[in-house]
Amino acid sequence: MKKCWFTWSRRRRLSRDTWELVFLADTHEDTAAITAPGQFVNIALPDKFLRRPISVCDWTKVHLVLLVKEAGEGTRELVNLPPETRLDMLAGLGNGFDFSAETVGETPVLVGGGIGAAPLYGLARRMKEAGQVFRVALGFRSGEDALYVDEFAALGCPVNIATEDGSLGAKGFVTDLLPQNAYVLACGPTPMLKAVHGHPNVTGGQFSFEARMACGFGACVGCTIQTVNGPRRVCKDGPVFRKEEIVW
Amino acid sequence: MVDLSVNLAGVKLKNPVIPASGTFGYGREFAELYGLDILGSFSWKGTTAEARPGNPQPRIAEAASGMLNAVGLQNPGIDAVLTEEVPNIAKIFRGPVIANIGGFSLEEYAENCRKLSDCDQIAILEVNISCPNVHAGGTNFGSSPESAAAVTRAVRAATKKPVFMKLSPNVTDIAAIAKACADEGADGLCLINTLLGMRIDLRTRRPILANRTGGLSGPAVFPVALRMVWDVYEAVDLPIIGCGGVSTARDAAEMMLAGASAVEVGAANLRNPYACKEIIEDLPGVCKELGVHKISELTGGAHHG
Repeated sequence: MKKCWFTWSRRRRLSRDTWELVFLADTHEDTAAITAPGQFVNIALPDKFLRRPISVCDWTKVHLVLLVKEAGEGTRELVNLPPETRLDMLAGLGNGFDFSAETVGETPVLVGGGIGAAPLYGLARRMKEAGQVFRVALGFRSGEDALYVDEFAALGCPVNIATEDGSLGAKGFVTDLLPQNAYVLACGPTPMLKAVHGHPNVTGGQFSFEARMACGFGACVGCTIQTVNGPRRVCKDGPVFRKEEIVW
Repeated sequence: MVDLSVNLAGVKLKNPVIPASGTFGYGREFAELYGLDILGSFSWKGTTAEARPGNPQPRIAEAASGMLNAVGLQNPGIDAVLTEEVPNIAKIFRGPVIANIGGFSLEEYAENCRKLSDCDQIAILEVNISCPNVHAGGTNFGSSPESAAAVTRAVRAATKKPVFMKLSPNVTDIAAIAKACADEGADGLCLINTLLGMRIDLRTRRPILANRTGGLSGPAVFPVALRMVWDVYEAVDLPIIGCGGVSTARDAAEMMLAGASAVEVGAANLRNPYACKEIIEDLPGVCKELGVHKISELTGGAHHG
């Protein structure tokens, strides 16, 4: 973890309530603090006491990309900051996904629901760079809520979409898109994670959790969930947990 | 050269800055960020006899200039702390440690004190009779002078180490509770714990915290804490650790002028992990500005003249 400054560079609307925010790093060392896809940054906002944890969508030496859904006061403040605002972020938080070939096996599937697609993009880009073969399954409420579909497709991996109203891709849920013997790398709302976790086609996987946090680096234990190994902090021991650790 | 050292019931600290219990774990996470030896001391996470998983999620909520928490005394239990954390603390911090202990019965408080009596690095036992987030324990003992006195008596008989009682602000007359602790032989007091509060989610129309209520901390509570330190300083002749919303070196000086001999820094560590380091670095400048060569001269300074 490193305390860094990032400068708000530009934003792009992805859907009704979701934005892509691009930040410029002060130095290469700042983005180097991010070591794995699935990690998050904890952002200090000018008008809020608690930082806001946001998963990293993608990063380069100079850029940090976050996808932010306006869900409450904090995220609303974040997406409406004036351009050039400098933000204090704790970067490189959490464990991230382990996407090594030994771990994910023959049939890895990146499974995202809604804004949960965000960290999977950075994961997909790195798996592609590593020459791994995988597929992507994304679920949204409707086509209007879909995000980053073109970006995933541009990586050259198979992308399947499911929407609840059938307005884009298959009508139904992301669980309808899971192949046999899937090893899933999943991020999305808790009901989706639970459904994927219990799906008979899923033989193993990693699941990224969300929680209300204070510190984001393990000190306050505000975000603890119960696992088969006892209490675990979403921020420090997670946010990615292995299938066999998880208790619903 | 400003002398930042302070004395808490015979325990000398190199400066008055102490990370508050529950915001600093057992030191591990912060030791990755800066050398802990700059600290006066640190107060470890409230520790009970048995391991506690804590409350269900969510446990954290935003508040204006602060936050609510309902962690619920999650901790690995005192035996695990003795075998796994105490040896590690010796590696990451050379100064005196404040051990915060919780309990659900007089016997549990006393037993926890006895178990820590042989740990040389533990200089002060901070007895939490004020956690607002556990039911049937903790806060009940801190809510009346009689029960606060009973816990003080039990721990006093169980240990020779200095005992500081950590007081709740969720009471009518905190000075009366402070006096009850003093009369039973407490060596000092730490105040305040968090203020009981809650938030409701407008979308779900339900409390945000699974525990419904939680403890408010952060800059929002600073004036309340300061007033209570003032009142307790007037009422008892014991060293006070002032705690509640301290975020800057100037806050620390203000808390000392109200009567604190040292300060604990809590929620500020969670917003800014370097808060304690920055406060320590800024204190000499604040002392110079105030014209004091020894920071301990500030203690209670607002009560005189």
